[in-house]
Order: sequence, then structure tokens, then C-alpha cells
Amino acid sequence: MSDRVTLGIDRIKCDGHGVCADLVPELIELDDWGYPIIRGGAIPQSVLPHARRAVSGCPTLALRLQALASRR
Amino acid sequence: MSIALLDGPPAAHGMEGFAEHRQRLGSLPPVTQLIDAIERSNLRGKGGAGFPVATKWRTVASQRSGTPVVLANGGEGEPLSRKDRVLMEQRPHLVIDGALVAAAAVGADDIVLYVGADHTGAMQAMHRAVIERSAAERARLRLVSAPVRYISGEETAAIHFINDGIALPMSIPPRPFERGVDGRPTLVQNVETLAHVALIARFGDEWYRSLGVGTASGTTLVTVGGAVPQTMLVEIPQGASVADAVNAAGGITSDSDAVLLGGYFGGWVESGTAWGLSLDADTLRQLGYSLGCGVIAVLPSGRCGVVETARILAYLAHESARQCGPCTFGLRAISAAAGRVAGLSPAPGDLEHIQRWAGLLAGRGACHHPDGAAGLLASALRVFAGEFQLHDHDRRCSVVNAAAVAS
Repeated sequence: MSDRVTLGIDRIKCDGHGVCADLVPELIELDDWGYPIIRGGAIPQSVLPHARRAVSGCPTLALRLQALASRR
Repeated sequence: MSIALLDGPPAAHGMEGFAEHRQRLGSLPPVTQLIDAIERSNLRGKGGAGFPVATKWRTVASQRSGTPVVLANGGEGEPLSRKDRVLMEQRPHLVIDGALVAAAAVGADDIVLYVGADHTGAMQAMHRAVIERSAAERARLRLVSAPVRYISGEETAAIHFINDGIALPMSIPPRPFERGVDGRPTLVQNVETLAHVALIARFGDEWYRSLGVGTASGTTLVTVGGAVPQTMLVEIPQGASVADAVNAAGGITSDSDAVLLGGYFGGWVESGTAWGLSLDADTLRQLGYSLGCGVIAVLPSGRCGVVETARILAYLAHESARQCGPCTFGLRAISAAAGRVAGLSPAPGDLEHIQRWAGLLAGRGACHHPDGAAGLLASALRVFAGEFQLHDHDRRCSVVNAAAVAS
């Protein structure tokens, strides 16, 4: 994995539990229906540990870290 | 004006059979450096996204994960579009020729012809066309009936249906060119695009480019509807204007304030701007418009843009695959609020909500269904800004109220 990573999400898997927004509010806020709005771009080093925790804490395993180029 | 795809026998003749087709156009030449010719022809995908065809083919051809498959997409779920079904009804052999040369160019062995189940005439013609082909070609052609649903034509939904019988979009990655039909690299290409390819393969890119107006290349199929004598499929040179296309369909039957360009996935444009727009993918993109799947719908006088937009949003909300939250709940909320505003009974904050939500949906689904709805809504909020305000704040519709006063 490249050192410039970003958060990716499988929108079909996501059920809007909202755990991610609690764990990494720097990168994720929730919309009016509880689904994540993800800030794009490279994740700053200081936030990366929180992002990793959000990825492993997602109840539906919908969140992932991915190289920046193939972000979606 | 030059035509290409619909050249040959008139529409009343029905399907052009294989013997006539071969007599009129000759046999397909062997494929050599076709991708380069397509690149020079500047052909863009005609399914809606307008992606450069040569780039897509190179990507599929370079995959090493299996023998590719060609998926000729004739799902055509867009309610305002007729082009793909009419093309398949009248020129099925152009579509099959295009699929065959595409297969040769990317190294595919199998071809799936994916045709909307409700496009009965198209399905019959494609069926007959397959039967008219040689045993060797028939063995590589598979005709699949696509479920009647807006989303069925979305490329991952088509693949999902062909593989598993479920016509719902899938998460990407993997993208179709990586893993598609039978897990193999798959070239998904709209049937009209393939028909253009069949002509470029025969007559070359120089000929194809000469069909366009100015710097534009080739021709394009456009379904013209709304305030015209009847909904009509026309073939026009790329680079001709919206007015040219509307005139080819018989001209407008009433005054019109706005045109829906690109269908339900497109956007509203003020008529004054629309008429002069050049129907060329590159030109339109630079101006922030898109011809989408080639739909021009002219809003008739006496019809309210807010009401029409609310109707389309209700349709799109209903047609959501309901797999992704932002699309399921976002489109439903937008549709409900737009419906109240259109019906002159807005709830407090409806218009403000719609305005905010319009910017909140793009890129937040597995497929682009929410993006399309959000784009349509954003264009409506721009073009019909005054009418939205009138509906929401004053609970008046200038169209309906004017009609009531007049009567």
C-alpha cells in the first residue's frame, strides 16, 4: 500500500451504524440519514491511527484504507 | 445532413436482414489496428457516460486475468430514450458486427447481447439476426433478456444479472474490465456505440470524422420528445445544434422555456441557451452539459418545470436499487419534499433541504444513480429557481395559476 492512503467505503455493505464518525470525526461526518460523508484526499499521519480504528471497528466491514489513486 | 447508422431501408421496412445488410455494406474486413482508428475517430460511448471508446478497449485488451467477454448493452432503461431499441429493431446486424469486431480487437471469445425484455421488437429482431448468422458466429453470441427496470442497464447490474440472475448494481472494485461476466474481463459497450464501430471498421476513421460538423466527428442518435409533433428518433451529425435535432423531429409545437438534455440522468437547460448548443460530447462537457444517452425533451408551455422535476425525482427514487443508504433514504426524502413543493403544500424548510441535499448525494452510491438524480435536481434548482421560490414561498404555480386565470 502506498504511503498516501485514503478511506474507501463499500456503500452496499454500509448500514449507517455511524461508528466511523465517532472514531474518526476528522474524516467522517454523518448525513441526515446517518450515512457517512467521507472527506477525500490523503489522510494526515496524525489521523491515520484513528482511521485504522474506524476501519476495524465498522460493524459491517464496509470501510477500508486504500491507495489514494484508486479512491472511490 | 449526413446519416450513417440509419442509412439504408426506411423505418417502415422494419429489420434489415443479413443478406440486405451484407449487400449494402459489404462483409466486415479483418480487424487490424481498429483501436487506433477508433481513437482517431474520437468515438465516445453512447450509453450515457461518454467515455472514450478506444481507451476502454485498450484497458480490456491489456487484462491478463482471463479471456475477455463483450457485453453489448441494449438494456435502455431510460424512459425518454428510444434509440437503442429502434436501432436494434432496424439494424440488428450493425450491432452484431460491432460486437464481433470489438471481440476481435480486445481478444474476447464470447459476446452477450443484453436486450431490455420490454423492447419486444428489438428482442425479436436481435433474435432473428443471430439466427441469420453463421454457426461459428452463433456459437459466440448469447442473447439475454434484461429485466424491465431503470437500473438493469447499469453495467455492474447487467453483469450481476448475467452471472447470478440479480439485476442490481455491485460495489466496485472490481470494475467490469477487471472482473465481469463469468469473472472475466468484460467490455461493456452500448449497442449504438457498437453500431458506429461496425461502420468505422468498414469505412475508416477519416470517413467517420467527415460526417461531423466542424471539428466534431461522426453522427449520433437522438430521441426528441416533449413539445414536438411526436417522440421521434433522429440521427444527426455530431456538432449539429439542439435546434437542428428538434427541427429534424418536426420542430416545436409550443413555446418552451426549458429543455431536458440527456434524459433523467441529464439536466435542464434554458431553451434560449439550449437551441444553439452543439451536440458534441466535448463541447457540451466544457459547458457543463451532457447529451447523456441522447435525449432531448422539450418542456411544452403549460407544463411546470418544478412539477416535471418532482415527477422525475419520484421515478428515480422509486427505481433506486435500495442497496445504499444515501440513495435509498436521500432520494426518498428529496422526492417527498420536491413533491410537496410541486403540489403547493411545502413543509417548512422543504426547499432549503432540497437545495442542501442536491449537493450531498454525488459519489455516495455503489453506482451513479444518486449522482444522476442530484445532477438533474441541481439543474432544475438553477433553471427553475424563480418557480421553486414561487411554489415554496407563495404557494403559487405560475403555469397552473396563469391557466386558471385565463380560463
